[in-house]
Amino acid sequence: MNRYSFSLTTFAPNGKLLQIEHALAAVGNGSTSVGIKAANGVVIATEKKTGSSLIDVSSLEHMVMVCDSIGMVYSGMGPDFRVLVNSARKAAQKYKRMYMEDPPVRILVKELASIMQEFTQSGGVRPFGVSLLIAGVDDRGPNLYQVDPSGSYFPWKATAIGKNMVNSKTFLEKRFDSDIDLEDAVYTAILTLKEGFEGQMTEQSIDVGVISTIPTTQADGEPKMPTFQRLTPAEIKDYLSNVA
Amino acid sequence: MSIMEYNGSAVVAMKGNNCVAIAADKRLGQRQMTIDTDFQKVFPITERTYVGLAGLATDVKTLHDRFRMRVNLYKHREERVIEPKTFANLVSHMLYEHRFGSYFVEPVIAGLDKDDQPFICNMDNIGCIDLADNFIVSGTAGENLYGTCESLWEPGLEPEELFETISQALLNAVDRDSMSGWGAVVHIITPSGVITRELKSRMD
Repeated sequence: MNRYSFSLTTFAPNGKLLQIEHALAAVGNGSTSVGIKAANGVVIATEKKTGSSLIDVSSLEHMVMVCDSIGMVYSGMGPDFRVLVNSARKAAQKYKRMYMEDPPVRILVKELASIMQEFTQSGGVRPFGVSLLIAGVDDRGPNLYQVDPSGSYFPWKATAIGKNMVNSKTFLEKRFDSDIDLEDAVYTAILTLKEGFEGQMTEQSIDVGVISTIPTTQADGEPKMPTFQRLTPAEIKDYLSNVA
Repeated sequence: MSIMEYNGSAVVAMKGNNCVAIAADKRLGQRQMTIDTDFQKVFPITERTYVGLAGLATDVKTLHDRFRMRVNLYKHREERVIEPKTFANLVSHMLYEHRFGSYFVEPVIAGLDKDDQPFICNMDNIGCIDLADNFIVSGTAGENLYGTCESLWEPGLEPEELFETISQALLNAVDRDSMSGWGAVVHIITPSGVITRELKSRMD
């Protein structure tokens, strides 16, 4: 057994922290998730793979809202994701309490990445076994970030994480264009997931979340900033029927 | 005598047409004795947001330092300049953190947001924000300022007119208050820049 791989706080001679490598392997075993930054919004999507047909898929929470303008999805270990969702929501509300506005996506990402990094340098803990895709809209427009177990974060125009990330990213590279409309981006995200999907893809087996940069007009004429939306199964079914 | 009246102060802010003005007196006293006639009470937070602090002088200095630290951290972390409304909420939060051992200061905030819209507000010593459409007053000469501002202010004043209005409002109010006066500073914040002028007043 490699003597550098059990203690997180020990560097191996090759400069790596083996626990983080193992965490990334855990991510690589998880269901694929994709994200695409469109000109007028961001879409994130994930496979909801279940072992058995008896599972009530509609109550699985893979795609979550962190605050009104930010949503998150993961690949890797579900329970670790839940802990990070709580931390993210709390961090967002803490920011809101101080500044009365939602945090910019880059600020929330930094905060989450910082939490994940802590677990690579403290005693007696292990890194989180998830990579996150964080999608949101702020003063800079649409944002898509990936955060890894090490605490590294990357801004992406389009990306995939999890089991099928290599093929998915190749697929996205061919199809991505920075002027892509949000609607087209949703189709592309679903197509990308479909590429690596084992079996029949239905509206119950994927989760899609979108956030747009275009304000909507309320009944009283005041513009309202859009919030992060999880697409309903009916909406996903619509997209799927046009894709198939 | 209340601790808020120990050093003496007068701070006022007004909204104009695409501009805001903020002004304060320059006296620093210890009860009746005047010990400084050039004491700064209005501080720039960003190029377009100013904060005026009325109340206990030591808290004025300390809070200005703390605001500067928080705003610099914000600027570096967020890679953008803080808006007046956001700064006001930050100040409110910082003051309420000391709810049961408060700073003896009543801040006044004036600035232009990124769309050049004027913003003014003040708060009590524990951070209750009071937004206003016309003018904001604070300090030992506060009640006097309410009177002068109410009579002199009108909506839609241009920068030069706003300067005259706020100067007259401040000077006549502090002349009726023994604890404030000894000169004044006025800042007019416009989309193209800030005009700062010193006023000569009765030096008593």
